[in-house]
Amino acid sequence: MAMSKGNPFPRAFVNGTLAVICLIWLIPTLGLFVSSFRPRDEIMSSGWWTVLPHKQWVTVSEMKPDATIDRNAPMTFEGATATFEQFRQGVETADGKRVVWIGNKRAGTVQVQQQEWSGLPSVTLQNYHDVLAGKDVTIQSDTGEEAVRKGEDMSDAFINSIAVTLPAVIIPILMAAFAAYGFAWMRFPGRKLVFALMVALLVVPLQIALVPVLTDYVHLRLNGTYLSVWLAHTGFGLPLAVFLLYNYISSLPREIMEAAIVDGASHFKIFWRLVLPLSTPALASFAIFQFLWVWNDYLVALIFIGNVPGVQVLTMRLADMVGSRGSDWHLLTAGGFVSMILPLVIFFSLQRYFVRGLTAGSVK
Amino acid sequence: MSDRTTDADALSAELARSRRRRNRALLTLIGGILAAVALFEGFFLLRDSQAPKLVTALFAMVWGGGGMAILYLVANQLAEFAPSEWQKRLIPIVFVAPAIAFVVYFLALPAVRTFIASLYDRDGTNFVGLANYITVFTEPFMLVTFRNNVLWIVFGATFTIISGLLVATLADRSRFESLAKAIIFMPMAISLVGAGVIWKFIYAVRDPSDVQIGLLNAIVVAFGGEPQAWIAQLQPWNNLFLIVIVIWMQTGYAMVLFSAAIKAVPSDILEAARVDGAGEFRIFFSILIPSIMGTIVTVSATVIIFTLKIFDVVLVMTGGQYGTDVIATQFYNQYFTNRNFGLGSAIAIVLLITVIPVMVYNLRQFNKRETL
Repeated sequence: MAMSKGNPFPRAFVNGTLAVICLIWLIPTLGLFVSSFRPRDEIMSSGWWTVLPHKQWVTVSEMKPDATIDRNAPMTFEGATATFEQFRQGVETADGKRVVWIGNKRAGTVQVQQQEWSGLPSVTLQNYHDVLAGKDVTIQSDTGEEAVRKGEDMSDAFINSIAVTLPAVIIPILMAAFAAYGFAWMRFPGRKLVFALMVALLVVPLQIALVPVLTDYVHLRLNGTYLSVWLAHTGFGLPLAVFLLYNYISSLPREIMEAAIVDGASHFKIFWRLVLPLSTPALASFAIFQFLWVWNDYLVALIFIGNVPGVQVLTMRLADMVGSRGSDWHLLTAGGFVSMILPLVIFFSLQRYFVRGLTAGSVK
Repeated sequence: MSDRTTDADALSAELARSRRRRNRALLTLIGGILAAVALFEGFFLLRDSQAPKLVTALFAMVWGGGGMAILYLVANQLAEFAPSEWQKRLIPIVFVAPAIAFVVYFLALPAVRTFIASLYDRDGTNFVGLANYITVFTEPFMLVTFRNNVLWIVFGATFTIISGLLVATLADRSRFESLAKAIIFMPMAISLVGAGVIWKFIYAVRDPSDVQIGLLNAIVVAFGGEPQAWIAQLQPWNNLFLIVIVIWMQTGYAMVLFSAAIKAVPSDILEAARVDGAGEFRIFFSILIPSIMGTIVTVSATVIIFTLKIFDVVLVMTGGQYGTDVIATQFYNQYFTNRNFGLGSAIAIVLLITVIPVMVYNLRQFNKRETL
């Protein structure tokens, strides 16, 4: 048997399949990443995968066909004989060259091309400059005309995203930790019922809350401010936070708690000196969750910030660009990457905590 | 004589203690009032702040984190001055009340308010009973919306589970486990809007005479086909091209949970089956799948909830055009674009009702675990 006892599938088969799946998963993001560094006219004239070394037709000579040649009959160039329509498509000669008719029938030119390896792809940071800049940027169109228009000002949106995200992560953590401790280690009437409410609210769709909260926000003149989003994300994030931290805090060894109570420590002291430091991994898990959730959120920002300029976060700016610059892929790809760089960095550096939170957060 | 001095000493010590106690209580009270005022004033300060953005954010973190900490401390101190049987009742309230207040105001109460709004007409003036719900379940555009959500659930959940299970099983047997997992997992860190941009680029279509820069159409053209507008044509199957995005994003989540579950299956059971001559597929379907059934249900529930609420992807990719509206985008359209508050609220309530089975399931599971 070709299969070993410990690993009954051939290793090559396992690794091969896995590699194919990983490649499929990677390609979409790779396309965005590569394109964001390509010059605008190259993005529009060739697929991003052409940056890989490949053979391509390169023009080696060009000539003007003699005006006397009958263009409606088969013609001969470089030893290839074909009709005008065929030359328009490109005709390959016996020695591996290609003859192409460029332009119209009467005044066009004929190019002789041959296959050569593509050189190094050109790399530019202009796209990033254009999306990040808040001031006017000069854009050169295909025809060489220069147009000045406003930059996408994503650097401003980036700062807004940070300003929205950090407090929206910090504020709920402490509140959730207190509540989780209360539910896990205190006895009070209605404890089970109230906690069941928390668990039930875990899956409640936000849509249900948006309108009444927005109504109140308008009365309080809160809409369009950071504060509105911080408070909303705190409220929306709390059920998961309490649930995650409860799972962790309730599983702390009972002996430690009891020893502390026997020593005469108050609940507050136990919580502050003992439980909070011990819960760091769970706090970190939730912090990453909440960070990714708030940073990547579009709906809450869209409703509560709306179209107030100067406060818009990255997801909103990016979604606006999709609407207004739908085919400017040099801007969309760079903008897309700007919006995902920070979560990717956080995600890969703290993946451990994130995974732990995922497995703890599901009601098994 | 000596007795009397001791008495006097004890008395003055007692007096000093009670004075200290009183002073501390007073200080705590003042501190509490100051903290409450700071929190309250901070609210208006932050609402109307013109300071540089990051300064405001930094201040907000101190305001939110520090303010809450002081408030907790003060409330706890005050509760500790209360007689001990009152303490028992007050201190838990200090611990859990703020979180409960937030959750009630931001989630529980709005559900009731939205339900009430759903019984009124488009600008909330006249009571119309269940008329909005009749519209929700009879209007053709709503039926298309529901059909799409069913497509999302059926295809999204099924393929996420299958691909998650496949990757978890393969990665478990590979030396490149952590690398493969990180790659499959990565889309989870990306926003749905960002993912929308990524995939819009893949589906990009141009005139057949132009070079195709969208990967999918480039592949189709390379095989001699005609470029297609994937997300606009072939309704309702164009929805599948949007659903692919969510499968791409959620497979990582399914993989992580399945991977943990697979590793928890005792290896001696698997070995025993192998010794008995069971093939690898037999082991997979007869041993592995049944032992991780609980996780499969959990992942399905989570993915179903996720797809039910799907919003950003559809809004970015099509804006709900070409028959791709889902409940969440329809809610947004009706409420914010059409300004039909009653209908919008009714749609939100329907969305809430659809997640109730999962809610009940979660509660059951939780109760089961807690009584153990």
